[in-house]
Amino acid sequence: MIHIDQLYKTYDSPHGRFEALAGISLDVKKGEIFGIIGPSGAGKSTLVQCINLLERPDSGTIRIGDQTLTGLSESALRRERRRIGMIFQHFNLLSRRTVYENVALPLEIAGVARGDIRARVEALLALVGLEHLKDRFPSQISGGQKQRVGIARALANEPDVLLSDEATSALDPETTHTILALLRDINRKTGVTVVMITHQMEVVREICDRVAVLSHGHAVEVGRTLDVFSSPTHEVTRAMVSAATASDLTESTREAVRARMQAEGTAHPASSVRLLRLSLSGLSDTDSVLTSLAGEFGLGVHVVQARIEDIQGASVGTLFVTVRGAQDALDCATTALGQRKIDVQEVDRV
Amino acid sequence: MFEKMFSPQILNLLQQSLLETLYMVGVSGAIAVLIGIPLGVALVVTHRGALLECVWFNRALGLVVNATRSVPFVILMVAIIPFTRWVAQTSIGTTAAIVPLAVAAIPFMARIAENAMREVDRGLITAARAMGASPMQIITKVILPEAMPGLVAGTIVTLVSLIGYSAMAGAIGGGGLGDLGIRYGYQRFLPEVMLAVVVVLVLLVQAVQSFGDWLVRRMSHR
Repeated sequence: MIHIDQLYKTYDSPHGRFEALAGISLDVKKGEIFGIIGPSGAGKSTLVQCINLLERPDSGTIRIGDQTLTGLSESALRRERRRIGMIFQHFNLLSRRTVYENVALPLEIAGVARGDIRARVEALLALVGLEHLKDRFPSQISGGQKQRVGIARALANEPDVLLSDEATSALDPETTHTILALLRDINRKTGVTVVMITHQMEVVREICDRVAVLSHGHAVEVGRTLDVFSSPTHEVTRAMVSAATASDLTESTREAVRARMQAEGTAHPASSVRLLRLSLSGLSDTDSVLTSLAGEFGLGVHVVQARIEDIQGASVGTLFVTVRGAQDALDCATTALGQRKIDVQEVDRV
Repeated sequence: MFEKMFSPQILNLLQQSLLETLYMVGVSGAIAVLIGIPLGVALVVTHRGALLECVWFNRALGLVVNATRSVPFVILMVAIIPFTRWVAQTSIGTTAAIVPLAVAAIPFMARIAENAMREVDRGLITAARAMGASPMQIITKVILPEAMPGLVAGTIVTLVSLIGYSAMAGAIGGGGLGDLGIRYGYQRFLPEVMLAVVVVLVLLVQAVQSFGDWLVRRMSHR
């Protein structure tokens, strides 16, 4: 649906030239929810603003469906922009227009007849659940409600694509969840292709089918959310995933665990104690991991740190456990876990 | 109270002067709004990085506006007498006084309008562009409506300034309250007249200001 080919964009400033996009190429499939994530300065905002040519790239092409946007004149571009809806971090609602009037704005701009506007706006407000607020002003409604107005407005001209520029970054977690659910619902119902720019891993995890990771103007990793999360290849991705999924132990935790392991080792001189890190990915068979370790292999298991999430049906995450037992029991257990596609790493032993 | 202090003639003059002031200020104020606001729009949209960027035009217009504002009103009034004569067919009288008042008020209003419109959140303009709005649509549907409270407040400031300037119009036979105050109150040593003029001016400004505040409050309630 969206084809981005070799985009380059450099900004000149008094402090020198800054290359925001250094040859980015991406393809977004029709009807999918595609995430674009990366640290600050990676080029996310520049990229999304190039998609509807609010910013013109220095070189490269943008194609939406079968229409190439990069060569178009301003007036032709304006027409094409009606096929692309956009929602923003700070909502960008007109303060002197009511909710109804804000949603009607894109229709007025497109020259839709008065009578048709009414029907369309009311349908949109019903879609986002705000019919009861149609005569309120933005200052009288909450952040989540404002973003819903933004979403209704963005969908006014029945676009093929919806761009979300950090749309949930200014919302609290609960409201973020509601808005994401709404977006997913709209995507399933209308088939609109959604591109989500965000710096929040939780957002990508919750609704994105595929994700691209940006760093210093390059797309360093692209793939299904599940794969990128469970088996990140690029170090930037690994750092982001690790930060969001507690897949490392802090120094202080390590020392505390070590001390406890030594105490345990002294209390059971015949056994070894090991600190293991179990990584569960989309492929892992995670049924009763702990019960197996304790029951099947007779190990003394102690959970140190764990963060496991359901990503679109699969359990993904990292589990740190200390296991105590006879040497060969420990070896058997490690092999068995490996067979169940659970990656086992020994972090420490006593 | 006034009736006791003043003769019917003076009261009559007071009333006439008030009407002359209202006439001068009203017409020049209307001209300032009708020409000043579009000028303000021109200044805002041609700025670097703005909708219809055109830096040389912006600089040129800015220079003209600044220059006109730099000239003290008293001097401006006298300096443009030939122009006044050309427009109003005379260089004295209330109608003639409207010319320099308007010339002074237009750039004043333009700057105020420019500032009010600059305050409009850039994000709104980005959103409007993303919707496929043309520059004209952005100006009429986003910038002007969002800046309206500021524009109204600015118009009130301009009107109050014009009331002050109109007092100087007396110098070219413009009439009005200021003229009355100077000729009768000062030159003919009638301090009660001066006092009366001041009181009426204060009340007039207060009324204009209060009306303006009410109007802005009603609009910003949104």
